Amino acid sequence: MTTLVYLIPVALFLGALGLSGFLWALRSGQYEDLDGAAERILIDRDDKPR
Amino acid sequence: MSCCAPGAEMALDLDRVTTVLPSSQEIRLASRSLGDDLRQTDLSVPAVHCAACIQAIETALGKLEHVEGARVNLSTKRVSVRWRGDEVPPFVAALGRLGYEVHLFDPDIGEKDKTLSELIRAVAVAGFAAGNIMLLSVSVWSGAEGATRDLFHWVSALIAIPALAFAGGIFFRSAWNALRHGRMNMDVPIAVGVSLAYAMSLYETINHGDHAYFDAAVSLLFFLLIGRTLDHVMRERARTAVNGLSRLAARGAMVLRDDGARDYLPVGEIEPGMQLLIAAGERIPVDGTIIRGSSDLDCSLVSGESTPRTVVSGAFVQAGILNLTGPLTIEATAAAKDSFLAEMVRLMEAAEGGRAHYRRIADRVSALYAPVVHLTAFVTFLGWMAATGDWHRAITIAIAVLIITCPCALGLAVPIVQVVAARRLFENGVMVKDGSAMERLAAIDTAVFDKTGTLTLGQPRLINASSIDPVMLAIAADMAAHSRHPFSKAIAGFAGFSGQPKLETVSEHPGFGIEATAAGSTWRLGRRGWAGWKARTGGEGRYGGTVLSKNGMIVASFVFEDALRADARTAIGQLNEAQVSVEMLSGDTAAACREVAETLTVDHFVPALLPSGKVERVEALAKAGHKVLMVGDGLNDTPALGAAHVSIAPATAADIGRNAADFVFLRESLLAIPLALDVSRKAGRLIRQNIAIAIIYNTVAVPIAILGHVTPLIAAIAMSASSLLVIANALRLQGFVRDAPARIAPYDRRSGIGDWAQMS
Repeated sequence: MTTLVYLIPVALFLGALGLSGFLWALRSGQYEDLDGAAERILIDRDDKPR
Repeated sequence: MSCCAPGAEMALDLDRVTTVLPSSQEIRLASRSLGDDLRQTDLSVPAVHCAACIQAIETALGKLEHVEGARVNLSTKRVSVRWRGDEVPPFVAALGRLGYEVHLFDPDIGEKDKTLSELIRAVAVAGFAAGNIMLLSVSVWSGAEGATRDLFHWVSALIAIPALAFAGGIFFRSAWNALRHGRMNMDVPIAVGVSLAYAMSLYETINHGDHAYFDAAVSLLFFLLIGRTLDHVMRERARTAVNGLSRLAARGAMVLRDDGARDYLPVGEIEPGMQLLIAAGERIPVDGTIIRGSSDLDCSLVSGESTPRTVVSGAFVQAGILNLTGPLTIEATAAAKDSFLAEMVRLMEAAEGGRAHYRRIADRVSALYAPVVHLTAFVTFLGWMAATGDWHRAITIAIAVLIITCPCALGLAVPIVQVVAARRLFENGVMVKDGSAMERLAAIDTAVFDKTGTLTLGQPRLINASSIDPVMLAIAADMAAHSRHPFSKAIAGFAGFSGQPKLETVSEHPGFGIEATAAGSTWRLGRRGWAGWKARTGGEGRYGGTVLSKNGMIVASFVFEDALRADARTAIGQLNEAQVSVEMLSGDTAAACREVAETLTVDHFVPALLPSGKVERVEALAKAGHKVLMVGDGLNDTPALGAAHVSIAPATAADIGRNAADFVFLRESLLAIPLALDVSRKAGRLIRQNIAIAIIYNTVAVPIAILGHVTPLIAAIAMSASSLLVIANALRLQGFVRDAPARIAPYDRRSGIGDWAQMS
């Protein structure tokens, strides 16, 4: 019983962390161009970032 | 540079449409201000498709002056460009040089899709809550007791609150909306079931009871939201694809002021009496009268005529007509809101009949289902009250009945099938606007086709190339390359070197043809009477008799026919086999219609129809008890597209037609129509099967619930099992459609021409 007192909050906190991470990613537009993100890794950037 | 620009994507099958590059004034009009002198323009670039494309576009645009930055979105195939200053940077031309075709967007379409992000957030919250509550419930089912169980129940109750508020809100709002208008939809039993389950579980928790249904309430929401989100994504994808097509209506026009100044005004601000300059290749924005200039006009989108019309000053022109050869000055006789285009929209709204009254299968089922379920629960309550007199027990069992009958499988049964079907159609270049369109298409028994632009391509094709001297043909092709008249384009396709003299000066005479000098002779390509001024006038052919003349002597004559759309005949044959009767309605002449009808073996056709005539014909068919599919592309078809039970438009259709149609097909082949019908009918069959599965599940589960044997564990297993069964059944559609006729490669006109050229 006593273990539950901290294990349940820990479990819920980690779950909530994942959820808020997802919502943040959604809001910051990371799901807007999934195909583009997959292809962009192939682009060599020899010029300095502007 | 542009490794994959040509021919990479299906949208490119459209590149034969007469498109004009958007002018810089038009781009400015379509851009939106980000404040601080910064503006953003969204462009659709259908051909972008790999990392190299992204890099090529972004570097090329970034190098332009005044451009702050460009970002390609590969998923939606768009580029958004941020730029400063008064001058519009030449990005359309820059992309054109790389080989990418560009279309402009309306500024308001760039808005983010709020519903989708709300749905995804709701799915995330419901998923989180369902997972955690299920974890706690499993511990309760495996034997947690006393204080531990109470603790778990309390934690579950707390987690469920945000899920109900956030994810459940969507259902509560929709259910309330339906009830307020005295209707019944699927969301009513869901809302009632979920809120009663939560209330009862809370009561149980407070009173240290054994059974709480928090897991059932939340996982129900989670499953249903998945179905709803998929449905939304499918419609959104179709909408994006359709929006990415080029706009065919004018966005604005160059206005000539009395003092000689020129202003580019949006269409909405053009008033009657203003003088407008229409360059060759532009569409006419409002109705008007020509005051200066002469030209050839392509009326195929407006009236369905396949032959270009020659006009001189004094002629009346309607909004939407394409100006082909010469610059025109017109005086507007009506504002945009009173123009032909707006009139078509009004006619369409007035005709909106069949689909407004259509109720979706899911709604029809739930209208029967919900009262039965609620009545059963109520009777169960009364029965247990009468049998035991224990009201707590009676209520618990009644609510268990509600939970077990909550239409989880029913809520997934329809959207899942439609999502799978829409995906199959999408892969074949057919966009579906919404699920109800597929239900309606499955029911049709009559298909009505427009002629010009739908059964035919609305573009002439040279049919006597093999009988023309190759040298003459090559000269004609070289001359024709200087014009955008449809006949010229048809001839220009035969370009090739056969030792012809080089052209020196080329000039186009709007309404007559093209004149050129080469090796000391004067060549003319155009109307018989004009080009062959020395010849005795022969009979003017059906297409006005197009000839090539050398110093006034006719050396070759050209015969055209309106090219049929690829596979038109096969498509109509397949429709006939599917017991759909086919009819053709056209604004074109009876002779032109008869020829097409005979080639395609269409038995019924009505020529020379006005837009309202098409609507009347469709409505008459509907009155006679037929479910009518309308396939059309022109502005004049739009009211009929609205009046029909379901409608399909090719991607080359006028903008409002494309928006009015339920399906839009992107490829040239007409086989899209039998395919859409086939998939819709199979989807309809699967939907009925799925509903049957859901009902069978209920007839098994409900007696168990009424007898009071349902525990939260049994409810969870039963609900998940029925949902999985329904999803598995829906996925069978993928297999079905693969058996359908294999994808037919896009019709390639060039190869045909090559064959002919070799023959000649």
